[in-house]
Amino acid sequence: MFSVEANFLDQLKDSIGLFLPETVLIATFLLSLILDLIFRKSRTLTGIVTAIGFVVAGICLIGQTGETAFIFSRMLVVDPFALFFKFVILLSGLIVVLMSFFSKELYETTEGVGEYFTLITGMTIGMFLLASASNLIMIYLAIETMSISSYILAGYTKEIRRASEASLKYVIFGAVSSGIMIYGMSILFGLTGTLNLFDINTFLLSNEVNMVPLMLSGLMILAGFAYKISAVPFHFWTPDVYEGAPVTISALLSVASKAAGFAVLIRFLKSAFIDPTLSSDVAWNTISSIDWQYIIAILAVVTMTVGNLVAVWQTNVKRLLAYSSIAHAGYLLMGVVVMNEIGIAAILLYFFAYMIMNLGAFYVVMLIANKTGSEELDDYQGLGHSAPVLGVCMTIFLISLTGLPPTFGFIGKLYIFSAVLDSGLIWLAVVGVLNSVVSLYYYAKVFRNMYFRGMDPPKEPMTFSYGSMILLFLLAIPTVLFGVYFTPILAWAKSSVEIFFG
Amino acid sequence: MINAIPLEYYLGLASIIFLIGTVGVLVRRNAIIVFMSIELMLNSVNLTFVGFSTYLGDTAGQVFVFFVMAVAAAEAAIGLAIVLALFRNKQTIYVDEVNVLKW
Repeated sequence: MFSVEANFLDQLKDSIGLFLPETVLIATFLLSLILDLIFRKSRTLTGIVTAIGFVVAGICLIGQTGETAFIFSRMLVVDPFALFFKFVILLSGLIVVLMSFFSKELYETTEGVGEYFTLITGMTIGMFLLASASNLIMIYLAIETMSISSYILAGYTKEIRRASEASLKYVIFGAVSSGIMIYGMSILFGLTGTLNLFDINTFLLSNEVNMVPLMLSGLMILAGFAYKISAVPFHFWTPDVYEGAPVTISALLSVASKAAGFAVLIRFLKSAFIDPTLSSDVAWNTISSIDWQYIIAILAVVTMTVGNLVAVWQTNVKRLLAYSSIAHAGYLLMGVVVMNEIGIAAILLYFFAYMIMNLGAFYVVMLIANKTGSEELDDYQGLGHSAPVLGVCMTIFLISLTGLPPTFGFIGKLYIFSAVLDSGLIWLAVVGVLNSVVSLYYYAKVFRNMYFRGMDPPKEPMTFSYGSMILLFLLAIPTVLFGVYFTPILAWAKSSVEIFFG
Repeated sequence: MINAIPLEYYLGLASIIFLIGTVGVLVRRNAIIVFMSIELMLNSVNLTFVGFSTYLGDTAGQVFVFFVMAVAAAEAAIGLAIVLALFRNKQTIYVDEVNVLKW
C-alpha cells in the first residue's frame, strides 16, 4: 500500500536536483515546440535551440559524475553506468541534430522541420529515463516515450511512400513486442508482488518461486528489449525501417536507441536476476535455476550470424548498414554473456566506438544521397574519384566497423573478444571472429564500388559545403585517433562499471 | 463479490485474450484490425495486473494499468495517423499490399 513518508518532500527536493539533465531536455522540448509555433517560417531555429539544449544537458550530466543515488521513490537510479549511456545517447543525438542541418531529403520533402527536432528531444528524454529506470513501470513508460517519438520520426517524410510504409511496420512490430513485454512484467509482478527491480531481487533470494512462470516472464521481458536492440528473432523491422526512414533517423535508431536498449537489458538482468551477495568475478550467479548466460549466448550467436550473412546479399547501402547494425548487436551481446566487470566495460567501450563509426557511415550515405538522390550500391561506382574526401572517410568508417587496426572499432572488438576469452567461452569468441571475417566481405563491396568500378567516363567532381565537411572530419578523425590513443575512454568505461558492481 | 471468483479465472481469461490478440496480429491483413488485436493484447495485460493487484492487496498493479491505458491510447492515435499517411500514398490499408520494402 502507498503511504507518504515523513521526509517525503525533502527526498523530492533531492531527487529534482539529480534530475537536472532530464529537466533541461524537457525545457528544450517545450521551448522548441513553442518557438516553432511562433516562428513558423524559420527552418533552422528549432534545430539550433535543440542543439544548445543538448549541450546544456551535457554540461549538467558532467556535474553528476560519481553520483550514486535512487531518486523519485526508487523509480530511477543515478549511477555512473547510466551516466555513460546518457553521454553516448546525448552525443549521438547532438551529432544527428547537426547532421540534419545538411539533409536535403528532410528539407525538401517536408513542410517544416520544427517538429522533427522536437521529436528528437522527446526521444532522447525517453532514452535517458530508460538508461536509469529501476522500476518496471518506469521501464515501460521510458520505452514507450522513446518508441512513440521514433514511430513518427521514421515516417517523417510522409510524402515518400517507403517512409510511411517503414513507419507502419515499425509501429506494428513495436506495439506487439511491448505488449509481449508488459505481459511478462505482469506475470513477474504476480510472482514477486513488487515492481521494483531490487525488491524483485530480494524477493527471489528469500522465497521459492515456481520456475516455469518465472522463466516465461523473463523471456517475454527479454523479447521487448531484444526488439529495441534489434536482436534476432525480433529484427524484422530493422532493415525496412532503416531503409524507409530519413538517413538521420536511421543513424539515431541504430546508435542511441540501441544504447538505451542495452542499458536497460544489462540493468534488468543484473539487478533482478543476479545474486548480488556473491563475488562479482563469477557474475552469472543467477538466483533461479534459469541459465540466462546460455540463453543470451544463443541470442548473440544467432543475431550476429544472421545479420552478417544476410548483409552479404544487400544492394542498398542503408539496408546493408541495417544488417550490419544487427550484427553489431550480436557482438555487443557477447559482452552481456560475460556479464562481469571486464565484459560490461568492454560493452561500454565498444558502444563509444560504434557510435562514432556508425554515425559517420550514415553521414556519408546522407551526403552522397544529397547529391545523387540514391542509396543503391551501384550508384556508388566511381565516387572515390568524384568525391575523394567522402571516399576516404567512408573507407575509414567501414574498416572501423569491420574491426581492423588502427581504428577505434578494432580496440572495441579486441576488448569484447578478450573479455569472452577471459571467461573461458572460447567457442563464442571463435564464432565472433568468423563473423567479423564475413563482415569484411560486404563492407569491402562498398569501397570496391567507390574506387575500382565505374571509372570511365569519369564523373563530375562533387562539391560539399565547408560545414558538412567539418562535421565529417569531427567523426572521421576520432575514429582513427581513438584507435591509437584509447586510454581515457577505457579508463572512463572501467570507472563507470566499478560502482555498478561494487 | 470479487473474492467469489478465484485468481486463476482472471489469469486464464487474460491468457486466452492475449492469445487471441497475438493470433489476430499474425493472421489479419487489415491494418485497423491489427491495431484492434494489439489493443486486445494490452487489455489482457491490464486484466492480469488488476487480478494480481487485488489478489496481492498491492495497488501498484492498478497504477500500472492506468499507464498502460494512457500509452495504448497514444499508440493507437499514432498508429491510425500512420495508416492514414500510408493510405494517402498507396490507397490501401492491407499490410500484405505494403511491399515496397523487402529483402
